[in-house]
Amino acid sequence: MEITVKTAEELRLTAEEFELIQQKLGRTPNFTELCAFSGMWSEHCSYKNSIKWLKTLPRNGGRMLVAAGEENAGLMDMGNGFGVVFKIESHNHPSAIEPFQGAATGVGGIQRDIFTMGARPIASLNSLRFGNLNDVKTRWLLAGVVHGIGHYGNCFGVPTVGGEIYFEDCYHTNPLVNAMSVGIMEAKKMISATAKGVGNPIFFVGSATGKDGIGGASFASANITEESTEDLPAVQVGDPFQEKKLLEACLELAETDTIIGMQDMGAAGIICSTAEMSAKGGVGMRIDLDKVPTRQKNMKAWELLLSESQERMLICVQKGKEAIVLKIFEKWDLPCSEIGEVTDDGILHFYMNGELEAAIPAEELVLGGGAPQYTREYTEPKYLSLIADFKMLDVEDIVNEVELKNTAEKIIQIPNIASKRWVTVQYDSMVGAANTSTNSPSDASVVLAKGTGKALAITTDCNSRYVFADPQKGAMMAVAEAARNIVCSGAEPIGVTNCLNFGNPYNPEVYYQFVKAVTGMGEACKKFNTPVTGGNVSFYNQHPEGAVYPTPTIGMVGILDDFENRMTLDFKEAGDVIVLIGAQQNDIGSSEYLHKIKGVEYSTAPYFNLDEEYQMQQFVSSIIKQKLIQSAHDISEGGLIVTLLEKGFNRDLGFDITADTTGYRKDAFWFGEAQGRVVVTVKKQDTKNLIAKLTDAAINYTVLGTVTALAVTVNNHNWGTITEWKEKYDTAIEKIINKQNEPIIHN
Amino acid sequence: MKFGVVVFPGSNCDRDMQDALQNDLGKEVIMLWHKDEDISMFSTDDCIVLPGGFSYGDYLRCGAIARFSPMMQSVIDFANKGGKVLGVCNGFQILCESHLLPGVLLQNGHQQFACKNVFIKADNSQALKIPIAHGDGRYYAGEKVLDELETNNQILFRYCNELGVVDMKYNPNGAVRNIAGIRNKQGNVFGMMPHPERATSKLLNNMDGKKIFEILGLN
Repeated sequence: MEITVKTAEELRLTAEEFELIQQKLGRTPNFTELCAFSGMWSEHCSYKNSIKWLKTLPRNGGRMLVAAGEENAGLMDMGNGFGVVFKIESHNHPSAIEPFQGAATGVGGIQRDIFTMGARPIASLNSLRFGNLNDVKTRWLLAGVVHGIGHYGNCFGVPTVGGEIYFEDCYHTNPLVNAMSVGIMEAKKMISATAKGVGNPIFFVGSATGKDGIGGASFASANITEESTEDLPAVQVGDPFQEKKLLEACLELAETDTIIGMQDMGAAGIICSTAEMSAKGGVGMRIDLDKVPTRQKNMKAWELLLSESQERMLICVQKGKEAIVLKIFEKWDLPCSEIGEVTDDGILHFYMNGELEAAIPAEELVLGGGAPQYTREYTEPKYLSLIADFKMLDVEDIVNEVELKNTAEKIIQIPNIASKRWVTVQYDSMVGAANTSTNSPSDASVVLAKGTGKALAITTDCNSRYVFADPQKGAMMAVAEAARNIVCSGAEPIGVTNCLNFGNPYNPEVYYQFVKAVTGMGEACKKFNTPVTGGNVSFYNQHPEGAVYPTPTIGMVGILDDFENRMTLDFKEAGDVIVLIGAQQNDIGSSEYLHKIKGVEYSTAPYFNLDEEYQMQQFVSSIIKQKLIQSAHDISEGGLIVTLLEKGFNRDLGFDITADTTGYRKDAFWFGEAQGRVVVTVKKQDTKNLIAKLTDAAINYTVLGTVTALAVTVNNHNWGTITEWKEKYDTAIEKIINKQNEPIIHN
Repeated sequence: MKFGVVVFPGSNCDRDMQDALQNDLGKEVIMLWHKDEDISMFSTDDCIVLPGGFSYGDYLRCGAIARFSPMMQSVIDFANKGGKVLGVCNGFQILCESHLLPGVLLQNGHQQFACKNVFIKADNSQALKIPIAHGDGRYYAGEKVLDELETNNQILFRYCNELGVVDMKYNPNGAVRNIAGIRNKQGNVFGMMPHPERATSKLLNNMDGKKIFEILGLN
C-alpha cells in the first residue's frame, strides 16, 4: 500500500503534519506507523491546540506532589503521609452517538486514571450538559447517559456523590459528559507512568483486545455531523465487573515491590501507553503484538495499536519478579501476558509473528516531544457586541407580589434548578459508607477519607452561560463558585482539575473563548491558591449550526482536617435568624430568570468581583470555625429565593422574610445571580456577635428574617408551606420526563 | 460471636460490612475468599455474611453464579448445620439462588436502579431509616410460600413510612407484601435488600443500622 498525503488526511492528519512525520522519521511511514501518529497527534492525546495556553495556568505549588499533567492524575498532600488523587475527563463524543456505552466507558476510564496511580477511588462526580428536556432526543440521551453512569459506577462500587446537570439548547447535538473521580493513597506509594531499566519485562493485563474503539481519539477530535453515527465502532464497550477485578488486582500489586511503572490504556490504546511510558523513562520498547490477548481473530498491527478496548493496563515489572505479578492476576482471573521488554534505544519496535511492523522513536509521538504545538489565531466573537448592548432597563420588573410568587413557582421548576433526584436515585451514592452528604446535605459533597482521619469536600461547577457572556469572568466565576461550595461545607479548597469543553479550535471566535476562559481560570486559581493539577481538553463540541457554550468545568477538592468544622446547608431550627452575607446587587444578567422566564438570550454576566469574593469566603470560613453559624448555602442559579427554599427542604422548615428591599428591582433582589453571596442562619442570641464581626470585617450583609416551623412568608404575604414548594421542586423533572414516556415512579 | 465476610470478585460492600462490624459494632471479622472452602474457624454460634455487590458481574441472574462458588458450598453446609448466615442485597439474592431462603428477587417494578434512604420495620419495632441500592430487589414468591412466611413469622422487615405505616406507597421496588427481608424457618438464615452496614456510624448521621443487627440478634 502506497502511503501518500491523502492517506494521512483520511487518518485526520494534516498535510503539514504528514510532512513533519516524514522529516522526523527520515522516510515515509508505513500504514501502521502513520496510524500511530494519527492517534498520538490527535487533539485528544497531544493537546496540540491547547497546551500553550494550559501552561499559563498555576500548575504547581500548594500541596501538589506531582507536577500538572506529569502523571495519570493529580496528587496532592492531605497530611499525615496521605495523598488525594483526582482528575476529571470528558466522554462527550461517544456519549452523543451511543449514550449508554459512551457514558459508562467515560466513568470506567477516569477510575483507571486514579487506581493506576495506586490510589483507591472513593468518590465520583459527573458534570452533564444536555439540550432542551422537552425534546425527545434529549430525553433519550439523558436516560442513556444516566443509565450508563449507573451501570458502570454501581457495579464498580464507587459512590457517585455529586456533580451537576444543565439543559441548554446549544447542547442539543453535543451533550457533555464529564466524569471526575477522587481517590486516596499513601503518598509515598504512588506508581508513576514510567518505563525504565533495560530488559525489564512489559506486561499487558486486563481485558482482551477487540476492535472496539479503534480511532476513538481521532474521532473525539472532529465535529459531530450526520455521518458521525458511521463512526460507531469508534465507541468503546465497557465491562465494570472486569474493571472492579482490575482495580483490586492493581491495588494488591501496588503493595508489592514489583512495579517500575503502570499506565492504563485509554485513548489510542497500546500505542499511547507504550509511547508515553517510554518517553517518560527515556527508553524504548520491543513489543510482540501477537502476544496481546485478543477477542477477535486476525487483528492487524494497526488495529492492535489503536484499539480502545476498555479495562486494560500496561505494567513495567522488575525483572525476576514476574511470578508475583502472574500470581496476583491469576487470583483475580484476569488475563496477564508478558508482551515485550524495555530497550535502550528510545525506539518503539512493534513485531507481529516475528515481523517488524513499526519502528518509531517514542519521544516523537508524545506531547512535550515531537507532537506539534500550535499557536491559533483568535478574534473577539461578534455576539459579544449583542451582550454589550443589553440594557436591564429594557426588561420590565416584576410589578406586584402575586407576580413575584408566580415567578418563584416557575423558577423552582426550571430543570436547571429543580431537584435532579430522577437522575441521582439511579446512582449508588452511598457505597463505601463514607458519603456524609446523604443525611447532612452541604454545598459540596463531603466524603470521609477512611483511614486518614480526615474528610474531603468535592464539587464540580461551571455555569456556561456566564462563560458565554464573558469568557474570562465566567471562568473565574466557575472557580469562585467551586471554592464557595467547599468553604460553605467547612473545608479548605486545595486544588483543581479542569475539563475544558469548547467548539472547533480552528474557529478564531471559539478559540477566543478558550483563551479568555483559561486566562480567567488561571487568575482565579491563583487567588484561591488552588493550582490546576491536570484535566482534559475537549474541542470540537460543535455541529453544523454552531458550538456549545464555552464550558470550562471546574472539579475542585477541599480538605476537612477536623470533622467538627463540617457545615451543612439546611435550616436547623425555627426562630434562627437568616442573614445574607455579601452585597445585594441590582443585577439580573445571565440569570435563569432572565434567560428562561424573560427569554433574553444575550445579557451581561452577573456581578462578580474576585477580591470581594475571596474576602467573603475567608470570612465565612472563619465564622464556621468559630462555631457561630447553624447553616451556610451559597446563592447561585435562580437567586436568593431558590437558596432560601433549598435551605428549608431538608427539615421541612419555612421562613419569614421581612427585609427592606427598597432601592432594588424586585427581580434582581429575589432572582438575580450576582456572585459572592452566602445565606447563613444563626441562633438568635448569636446574631449581634455575627453582625459585629461582619461590621469589623467591612463585609456587606442583610438581615433577611427568621426560620419558621413550616410557613413561607415573604414581605407579609403568605406563600403557603415549605412542603408545597418542595413537592413542586422535587417533581418538576419527573413530570416532564413522564409526560411522554411510560411513567416511572420513585416513591 | 465472630463474623466471616465472604469476598466474591465483584463484591463491593464487603469492606463496608467489615468496617461496620469491626469499628462500629466492635466485632471480630475474618474475610473469606470465594475460591477457598475452609470455614472451620467458625462455630454455629458465629455468623457468615454475604455482602452486597455484583458477585460475578451478575450479567446472568443476580447471584446465580455465586451459588456455585467453592466458598458457597461451605456456607450452605454451615447453614444446614444451624450456623448463622446473613445476606444483604446481592447476598440476599445469593441466598435465594442457593435455596437457603425461599422466593426470588426480581427487577424493580419501575425497572430502574434505585439508591436512597427508605424506612423499614420489624413487627415489633419502630420505623428504621436504612439505605437501599439495587436494581433487582423486588421480592417475589407464590401465595402459598408467602402465607407460610407469615404463619411462621419469617418476614423480618417490611417497607413503611417514617411513622411505621406499611403500605405499597412506601415500597421502593414493588416487593410482594412490602417484604424487605426474611429469614428461614429455622431462624438462622437472614436475607434483606436494605443495607444496615451503611447506617452504623455517627459521622454518617444515621445509626439505625445498629438496631437492625440487634433485631437479628447479631449485635
